[in-house]
Amino acid sequence: MGQLFSPRSNTIARASIACVALLIVGTAWVTDAVFWSPYTTWVGVPREQPVPFSHKHHVQGLGIDCRYCHTSVETSHYAGLPPTETCMTCHSRLWTQAALLEPVRQSLATGVPIQWNRVNDLPDFVYFDHSIHVNKGVGCVSCHGQVDEMPLTWKEHTLYMKWCLQCHRAPQDELRPREEVFNMAWQKPQNQQQLGTRLIAKYHVQVSHIENCSVCHH
Amino acid sequence: MNCDPYKRKPAQPKEPRLDLAQIRARLAELGGKQYWRCLEEIAGTDSFADFVHREFPAGVSEWRDDISRRHFVRIMGASFALAGLGACTKQPVEKIVPYVKQPPEVTPGKALYFATAMTFGGFGLGVIATSHEGRPTKIEGNPDHPASLGATSVFAQASVLDLYDPDRSQALLHGGEPSNWEAFLSAMNTEMAVQKMTQGAKVRILTQSVASPTLRSQLQALLTAWPAAKWCQWDPITRDNVREGARLAFGQIVETHYQFDKADMIVALDSDFLFTHPASLRYARQFADRRRVKQGGTATMNRMYAAEPTPSMTGVMADHRLPIAASEIEALARALAAEMGIATAASDAHAAWVRAAATDLHQHAGKSIVIAGEGQPASVHALAHQINESLGNIGRTIVYTLVIEPSPVSQLDSLRALTNDMKSGSVDLLVMLAGNPVFDAPADLDFAGALEKVRTCVRLGADENETSRYCHWHIPAAHYLESWSDALAFDGTASIVQPLLEPLYGGKTAHEVIDALLRQPGGDAYDIVRAYWASRNLFPDFEKSWRQALSDGVLPHTVLPVSPVTPAAGAANPNPAQAAQGLELVFRPDPATWDGSFNNNGWLQELARPITKLTWDNAALISPVLAERERLQDGDVIELNFRNRTVSAPVCIVPGQAENSVTVHLGYGRERTGRVGAGAGFNAYALRASDALWHGGGLQIRKTGATYPLSMTQKYHRMEGRDIIRVGLLDEFNANPRFIDALAEPRPGKEETLYNPKEFQYRGYKWGMSIDLNVCIGCNACTIACQAENNIPVVGKDQVARGRDMQWIRVDSYFRGSLDAPEIDHQPVPCMHCENAPCELVCPVGATMTDDEGLNVQVYNRCIGTRYCSNNCPYKVRRFNFLEFNAGMTLVQKMMKNPDVTVRSRGVMEKCTYCTQRINAARIPAEEADRKIRDGEIVTACQAACPTGAIVFGDLNDPDSRVSKLKAQPLDYWMLGELNTRPRTSYLAKLRNPNPELKS
Repeated sequence: MGQLFSPRSNTIARASIACVALLIVGTAWVTDAVFWSPYTTWVGVPREQPVPFSHKHHVQGLGIDCRYCHTSVETSHYAGLPPTETCMTCHSRLWTQAALLEPVRQSLATGVPIQWNRVNDLPDFVYFDHSIHVNKGVGCVSCHGQVDEMPLTWKEHTLYMKWCLQCHRAPQDELRPREEVFNMAWQKPQNQQQLGTRLIAKYHVQVSHIENCSVCHH
Repeated sequence: MNCDPYKRKPAQPKEPRLDLAQIRARLAELGGKQYWRCLEEIAGTDSFADFVHREFPAGVSEWRDDISRRHFVRIMGASFALAGLGACTKQPVEKIVPYVKQPPEVTPGKALYFATAMTFGGFGLGVIATSHEGRPTKIEGNPDHPASLGATSVFAQASVLDLYDPDRSQALLHGGEPSNWEAFLSAMNTEMAVQKMTQGAKVRILTQSVASPTLRSQLQALLTAWPAAKWCQWDPITRDNVREGARLAFGQIVETHYQFDKADMIVALDSDFLFTHPASLRYARQFADRRRVKQGGTATMNRMYAAEPTPSMTGVMADHRLPIAASEIEALARALAAEMGIATAASDAHAAWVRAAATDLHQHAGKSIVIAGEGQPASVHALAHQINESLGNIGRTIVYTLVIEPSPVSQLDSLRALTNDMKSGSVDLLVMLAGNPVFDAPADLDFAGALEKVRTCVRLGADENETSRYCHWHIPAAHYLESWSDALAFDGTASIVQPLLEPLYGGKTAHEVIDALLRQPGGDAYDIVRAYWASRNLFPDFEKSWRQALSDGVLPHTVLPVSPVTPAAGAANPNPAQAAQGLELVFRPDPATWDGSFNNNGWLQELARPITKLTWDNAALISPVLAERERLQDGDVIELNFRNRTVSAPVCIVPGQAENSVTVHLGYGRERTGRVGAGAGFNAYALRASDALWHGGGLQIRKTGATYPLSMTQKYHRMEGRDIIRVGLLDEFNANPRFIDALAEPRPGKEETLYNPKEFQYRGYKWGMSIDLNVCIGCNACTIACQAENNIPVVGKDQVARGRDMQWIRVDSYFRGSLDAPEIDHQPVPCMHCENAPCELVCPVGATMTDDEGLNVQVYNRCIGTRYCSNNCPYKVRRFNFLEFNAGMTLVQKMMKNPDVTVRSRGVMEKCTYCTQRINAARIPAEEADRKIRDGEIVTACQAACPTGAIVFGDLNDPDSRVSKLKAQPLDYWMLGELNTRPRTSYLAKLRNPNPELKS
């Protein structure tokens, strides 16, 4: 009986093994890339909205404070989205004929709310609370980025648990004085580490506790 | 139509039959020391050993299908591999929908709390309802309300589920066809024009007991407008006997108010005052206050004697419980009265018990209470009043007031008169406000037959039930959380019922229906209720008082004043009734579905009934003696023949049941109900006769040979005969406060571990819970409160039978002593939150771990469902989502979920979290204010609901917290502490206070 496999078979076998290994690594790499790409995370992707609301115009241009619209950010887990009425405090006088604002006027006239597309969305098993972060000196910018420079709002960070934990493990990197929380222009000082450590003590941030599962997951 | 499910059921494959004689022999061998939880346990059957051996009962973990599990996995392997990619889909875009005009009181994300009242059994119960952006999700008791004192019953807890019941009546029907309110108004207009000519002689209104003074005044106005019309009342759990008893004793109908906090000695004559009384939550609190062992000095406790046919929550709390037939209670009451020197025809039945009780009562004259149950005839109530009178209790432990109704009627007479009128064709228009008389009227009255003779029948009801089938007009009723109304508590305290949301299905209130009859087109319930209270002239500044009442939940100055009573002459000697010969049938409201009105409530259906631990069904409760005599086992179907009516029912053997009494719970076997209640249980009303509303002799039973599977949770989640529940005597405790510890293995020291004992110091908060077994009455309010708070799903009868019940806190019942008169003790079991938690060590993915405050947390998003943790949990408190129990929820059902708690999906383990969401809800404002969480700021759901305050939660690092002080008591013990799990939940051992003269 003759040889079943010619010497060439060895090469083919070795190449196949290498190819399979490459395929596995390649698939893993592609999966990872897709997982972290804006395609999945939406980071940096402006979200379409029924009304193309520009934070850049309202915050940077007009100097409106975050809390004018996001009224419950200091007291509730939910920062709050403004009711149609809030828009109309100004827009009943300004740009009253603008076509862009037609959905707002419609909403007030019909009583049907505007349905906005959520930009910063956490999974339903995560219980994030705005008020405690704001009260402990986490600035809006830390999570939401320079919203004052966003014409249409996008997500600045992945909001994955890994990202949350960076700060929960080392809050000194991000803390700022309470009075600067809503200041979009505040910059970290040279001595941020010292400032952060001082603020941890001042605001009684329970660093050892905030890493617990039960802090965010009920 | 054959609605009898028991006739159709094929015989189930049989377990080996229990030999009760052998069980008795074993119990005798054990000498009454050993605790047991079910009969199989003492019998030591193989199937039970197997049952306990498994983590979950047989068939739970296995794939039960024709193809084998392995084969299935093989062929599905490829599909599974692809299915994994499903997780790679992008998160869908969510919408945010803000208000158009935001109401000023709403802060998005913050719950609002409204004081309102629930009407139950004809009395108001003050509650605080939680509203999340307009969705009521949770009911708590109103601490300012006399009937609640902050606690709630299972019914109040579960009432929120009824609001979102998808089977609720959703449309106004005329002849079964959808119609509308305007059509109804116009039909009534025509009808009223005709009836006016005869001053309403052919008009009848049928209500249940009316707790609303506004509704009562509306009905009075209606009767003034049509003097010949009649208002009838029927409530299947009627208090006729109580009222008639007062009339016998005092010549007038008065309400009796007991003050259990002042009573040292209590004799309960078939009275379940801790559960079925309109003031039961208050009484439970007061009773517990005299039961709780206080620190310092010699401990004292009240003592209770109870005689009853079937173990009730009150009866099992008694120090001396006498299981006797309901018909024997009267003789017992007479014997007791004779001991008090009251001239009556007494017998010498149960002489030792009577004499002991009498001696104790004499010794505590003025500090004792004798109370008779709603099911006992008026004569027993009269005797109880006389005994209390002779002991000088009146004015001390007992006061009397007028009843909340200006002119109380006998409901049975009222219903009988109505039925007779209907049969004779003298009723043209019948308006029924709630109730379900076709189902729950005594069978001999043939209400359904009479109803067919009524020309126009209008019914206001929450669901389409047996009665609505006979009604020409069916109007969907608004739930109390959707209504404006008012309700009087048992002591006259008025509460305004205020809505939290608009009626989901356009439901109407009774006020609106009656107003529509009075003056077309009728007003709005808000205006009607407000106008009534404005007209009462109780307040100088009405607007201010009204707003205050809405905020407080109670109206001031409405408590009924104490009214003096004088004993009526000759009340002691109505002819003594003869005790029934042979078997007796006893009717009781079901501890979970009550009179049947909660029949379609999944939480209540799945609630393990106290003592029997039966779910999803009712059963004929029989004594072990009767079971031996008739050779019956749990689940055997018997035919109950009573007053020439026959019903088939499965039996359930209840240790402690009176020998010749068969107890049936009302409210099951509904023919027309929703999807939850359909097909559950048998209809005990079909046997209820107007001359035997509560009990009656002459019952015959016949074994049919068929069996019916009953789902009882008692066997599941078992911990083999170890030192789990500790019960002692008050005298032992006074002799040596640490006697309980002396009986058990000592607690292992903290250093007795393979791990570094210094690793976790718990320097911040250290959460813990104390459960006082001494005051736990086993009412199950904690279980339902937990279910509502924590989005716990309902799994269904079949799943319960497989041991897949999901409730996070269960109430175990333990029996000790003889089969016929055992001591019964309750033990609520939530997660123990062990510091050395066995569950954590075996989790391969770290989905369960102790946090730095000692919470044993379950991380749902990490859990992969190995169930190793549950296998390794010695307390059996972990629950696994075997199926997607939350699948298929309608939009309305989703509204009910607590937004602060994750809704778990299939394949995830869950368990008690110590209400971690409530901890965070207290922590965040405290942190924001730079202060510690105060003691009492965190109240877990079970703790809030508990009527007796048996459950206390708090910080163990605070030596002044209530929980720390309780844990420092000598009665404190760890369940299975010898395993060195270091549980954070500990128990206070139970003490009994028996009369040393009487060997029970």
